[in-house]
Amino acid sequence: MRFENREQLEKYIIELKNKNGKKKVLICGGLGCLAKGAEEVLDTFRKVIEREKVEAEVEKLEESPHLVKTGCMGLCEAGPLVRIEPEGILYLRVKPEDVEEIVDKSLKEGEVVERLVYQEKVNGEVHYWPHLKDVPFYRKQVKIALRNCGSIDPQNLDEYLARDGYLALAQVLNEKTPDEVIEEITKSGLRGRGGGGFPTGRKWQFARVVKADKKYIICNGDEGDPGAFMDRSVMEGDPHSILEGMAIAGYAIGAQEGYIYVRTEYPLAVKHLRKAIEDAERAGFLGDNILGSDFSFRIIVREGAGAFVCGEETALIASIEGKRGMPNPRPPYPAYRGLWGKPTVINNVETLTNVPIIMLRGADWFRSFGTASSAGTKTFALAGKIKNTGLVEVPMGVTLRDLIFGIGGGIQDDKKFKAVQIGGPSGGCLTERHLDLPIDYDSLSGAGAIMGSGGLVVLDEDTCIPEVARFFMNFTQNESCGKCVPCREGTKHMLGLLQKVVKGEASTSDLELLEETAQVVRDSSLCGLGKTAPNPVLTTLFYFRDEYLDHVVHKVCPAHICQAMKEYRIDPEKCRACAKCARVCPVSCISGRPRVPYVIDQEKCTKCGACFEACPFDSIIVEWRKKEDE
Amino acid sequence: MEIEKESLVLSRQFEKVNAILRKYSHNVDNLIAILQEIQSEYRYLPEEILTYVATALQVSPAHVYGVATFYAQFSLEPKGEHIIRVCDGTACHVKGSAQILKAVRENLGLREGENTTSDLMFTVETVACIGACALAPALMVDEEVYGQMDEEKVQQLVDHLLGEGEKVDAV
Repeated sequence: MRFENREQLEKYIIELKNKNGKKKVLICGGLGCLAKGAEEVLDTFRKVIEREKVEAEVEKLEESPHLVKTGCMGLCEAGPLVRIEPEGILYLRVKPEDVEEIVDKSLKEGEVVERLVYQEKVNGEVHYWPHLKDVPFYRKQVKIALRNCGSIDPQNLDEYLARDGYLALAQVLNEKTPDEVIEEITKSGLRGRGGGGFPTGRKWQFARVVKADKKYIICNGDEGDPGAFMDRSVMEGDPHSILEGMAIAGYAIGAQEGYIYVRTEYPLAVKHLRKAIEDAERAGFLGDNILGSDFSFRIIVREGAGAFVCGEETALIASIEGKRGMPNPRPPYPAYRGLWGKPTVINNVETLTNVPIIMLRGADWFRSFGTASSAGTKTFALAGKIKNTGLVEVPMGVTLRDLIFGIGGGIQDDKKFKAVQIGGPSGGCLTERHLDLPIDYDSLSGAGAIMGSGGLVVLDEDTCIPEVARFFMNFTQNESCGKCVPCREGTKHMLGLLQKVVKGEASTSDLELLEETAQVVRDSSLCGLGKTAPNPVLTTLFYFRDEYLDHVVHKVCPAHICQAMKEYRIDPEKCRACAKCARVCPVSCISGRPRVPYVIDQEKCTKCGACFEACPFDSIIVEWRKKEDE
Repeated sequence: MEIEKESLVLSRQFEKVNAILRKYSHNVDNLIAILQEIQSEYRYLPEEILTYVATALQVSPAHVYGVATFYAQFSLEPKGEHIIRVCDGTACHVKGSAQILKAVRENLGLREGENTTSDLMFTVETVACIGACALAPALMVDEEVYGQMDEEKVQQLVDHLLGEGEKVDAV
């Protein structure tokens, strides 16, 4: 149906809500759960419930329960996840063979299948948490941006509407002038969730005051940070909230057209967004004369083609225009001259999903979460060596400790925490001493990291810090677009120096050169990519200098990762002088004579392992080099 | 190989390209989308088609070539029918994606410097992040994600892809 005005929508929403309240089975259709077999679980539920209906046991089920395939529920680690509503029971690692039991117990009798709920050992005793709201992973979370993610079928408009969807847009179009909208967003203290943290209201205001025949809203869904998947989850799990946010932004600045730029690696996000746009157009939430007003707004999805630099706003604009995604100097800022030379506001996915609910519940409500300088919540993708990997949303100002050890459940296999990389290849590595730091934009930049889009990769004692720094530098060097010299050449040199470090070929003066180059790249690059690329190097050099020195001075890798820090020796007891090792050695560093044990020349050895493979008598000993004083 | 490449192009006679160009109203603003569709048709961007597209859009071949070489998604070499993308994002990296890549390449019999099998069935790539960090280390076969990989699972997966083994659970 097509909605012609606000009253009609409000009436429809009330009808939808009245229909709610009956039994529901929510099955997580996020990437993690799908890969773990959520689809088969869904199919089994469908079959079992169909059969129950035929067997006329429906009275016991009251009404046939409603099956919903939702977006990401967050606890990817323990998928496939299944939720029973309205009780809010959460089942983990559900297999098709568990479905009968869940239907019998939970749907018919309202009981809990204990073996499938969240459990944890506390002081040697196993505790069970059957309800989602009590599970330690969820307890401290506040879901604002992810309010619908994991609770609705993202491909069903009615499910979004039943949670007051498009009501904010309807109210804005009826009651508020564009200036009032901007005022409300400014008052809410919402800042850009893509990493920069620029106040959203101010950005809109800049674009609002520029006179132009056309203006644009761009939603930046080019989530290129390795280790981040928040925006993906929202695009897949709650696409309408992005569309509504964009429409409100469009109304506020006077734009008629919007673009969503999505990574091509996210095919499901593209599919869900396109379906949502189609449905929203049919229902009159997008297109001409939205909800009977004189505001018209269209949204077009553009797929990226794989370039990290396109997350930078001027490069993203070039990419939408069909060009190479190279950044341009700012000013002029896109708010003055952006897409096709017209005023353009670029907001991140998460920023835009916050907009409808702020308009609905007010700036003061939003401000009641978070810290004075950073209002609201932030989503994080927990990954790396952490127990509960997944998607979380917490109020700004929680500590890293709460996030990693409270919600995240601590380090896998009870290893020791070493560092956490926040903000991906543009962010910094923080250490144990930062664990009690309340996370907001300002505290993180004070510590040398950035909020970034919210990727949070936990590193344990088995991770080699210089190797991680080399990994990030390899990434940014690869993704440097080549336009400006400091980034193009600087990242290359930094990578070269880091490679020397992990190969055990660097000297202490190389470390100084590395630091100096990093500072130059940071200070003189054209865009955000180059300006932030040195962050991982600079923070690790600062917080983990000893580990660099181990590699450089002692030629030792304490985490046992860097292959060059291994030593290959021949056990003279076992060696039968067959010469097989000497024949396969590519650098001819093994020598010997018949009947005398062979010897490896440590200076020449490249640690390729060929001799190890070749020896028929297991006489090659591989050992990690230790510091001399040990 | 050269002959195969040529006959592939000739047999289709630019018909598909024309249809794609029409769909995007010959507008150079849509160049990336145009190249994406051409690539999904041909599995790579043949040079003569790039020149053809440039002429049709009334821009220089350098412009089209520049875009085609800028983005990681585009390939100027023929790609295999199936693309195996091994994720080397941060989470996968710290969980040992290097071994996964090595195992995939070894099981497919790829030599150093080779990314596509000689029968043009498989291309192996690394990708910065597929957003499946919670399942690290992960890889994608076409659009299917496989998580929590190890060397043994890689072998099973490749066997299955080669039509020799059982289907592999995604996790």
